[in-house]
Amino acid sequence: MSLMLRCPHCGPRTIEEYVYGEIPVVPDSITDPNQRDVDFAFMKANRRGWTTERWFHLFGCRRWLTVERNTVTNQVRQPTSSS
Amino acid sequence: MNEFMEAQVRLSWQEARDSYDVVIIGGGGHGLATAYYLATRYGITNVAVVERGYIGSGNSGRNTTVIRANYGLPESVAFYQRSLELYRGLEAETDRWLMHNEMGLFWMTHTETGVRQEKMRAKLNTAMGAITDFVTPEEIHAMCPEIDLEGGGRYPVLGASYHPQGATARHDRVVWALAEGAMRHGVAVLQHRTVTGITMVGDRVTGVQTDHGPIGAGVIVSCVAGQSTLIADMVGLRLPIRSHPLQAFVTNHYQRTFNHIVASVDLATYVSQTARGEMLIGAEIDRQPSYSYQSSFDFLQSTAAKASMFLPFLKDLRILRQWGGVCDMSPDSSPVMGTTGIDGFYISTGWGTWGFKAIPAGGESMAELVATGETPDLIKPFRLSRFADDRVLADAGSSGTQQ
Repeated sequence: MSLMLRCPHCGPRTIEEYVYGEIPVVPDSITDPNQRDVDFAFMKANRRGWTTERWFHLFGCRRWLTVERNTVTNQVRQPTSSS
Repeated sequence: MNEFMEAQVRLSWQEARDSYDVVIIGGGGHGLATAYYLATRYGITNVAVVERGYIGSGNSGRNTTVIRANYGLPESVAFYQRSLELYRGLEAETDRWLMHNEMGLFWMTHTETGVRQEKMRAKLNTAMGAITDFVTPEEIHAMCPEIDLEGGGRYPVLGASYHPQGATARHDRVVWALAEGAMRHGVAVLQHRTVTGITMVGDRVTGVQTDHGPIGAGVIVSCVAGQSTLIADMVGLRLPIRSHPLQAFVTNHYQRTFNHIVASVDLATYVSQTARGEMLIGAEIDRQPSYSYQSSFDFLQSTAAKASMFLPFLKDLRILRQWGGVCDMSPDSSPVMGTTGIDGFYISTGWGTWGFKAIPAGGESMAELVATGETPDLIKPFRLSRFADDRVLADAGSSGTQQ
């Protein structure tokens, strides 16, 4: 079974309908403004475990939703909000 | 590896010592190749390869074993062509049969823009030493009549770039041959030992912590796949890497020889025949970043549908087994290798879905870097600092995994 995300507008849909959107977080330890820009643009936390991420429902309502997902088990906590 | 194979390839395991000049994290193709070339080219043998499972149990045992150099950027073509040439000589050099088989690879396209792109690829590759020709549908049919040029009615084949040196090799044998060659020179390969931390004094690494005790190291090379971020986190290094699962599957055996690798750029699907006669089919990475090795039914369904559009005989076969691996995807679909800004800590990562073909050149380049302290010209373009320098090497179209 493909990974399912429940869109607040369209109901449960498979992951193929969505586009991934990261929430980039630049660590406070990086202070140089140029380095912060590079980190923001390219570097990833790539967290193992629970992570909060954004998904864009491209082949549906074309709205963004926020999802909590475990990157090891792919367990999903229901989207808490949309905006 | 089972006992029979261990007897065949004469691997000599050692007890761990307290410290080594070089500790390589990850006993897959890249880690063992680095150790192999350090030992054979530079005589550096006080080396340990630390592997959390058994050798080749990570992505080296989970890939689709395609060796090719038909990339889209001059830097990439030069690097992968070097790797392809090293592969050609590796059987003679290691005196081990790697089942290396130059089948020739069709890189097919189904769009007019794709035709222009493949013509350009053929020119660029040829200029950089990787033999590639643009072939028309008629020529494709003459060489490989199994391909349905109508593409199941939906994806007509408009042409392909043909790469005659495209090859496959048996992944386990590559890993074992490199391990055996390194061990013969005294390299220690430590299996079932997980690196849990990296010790540092100031800005310099001094050793690794493992679940079986610490090991001192003059130099640490991370050749980890899938979990590179976890290693980089140990030294506070930020990487442009996201882990994505990649799946593949084989069918039961096709009772005729199919001596080609056939890939569709637009469908991001590729097919070849294994030495056992199974048809090996791979496609693009999973959408969600994940460390999960789970394979899924809908991957089988969508990929089988795509592959059988251009190779209709696949419809008569059945799927035998499927598997997944976790790939280090870089933002520009090019590897990340070399120095890290941390003294004594080198990294070889970002191998995404293109790591197997790069094993010899990756190992050779990392060995040269470790031995001489100088980054070889061949891998300078792939440095980690290219992102800060605004010199990204965007080549997703050559990886076969574009999203």
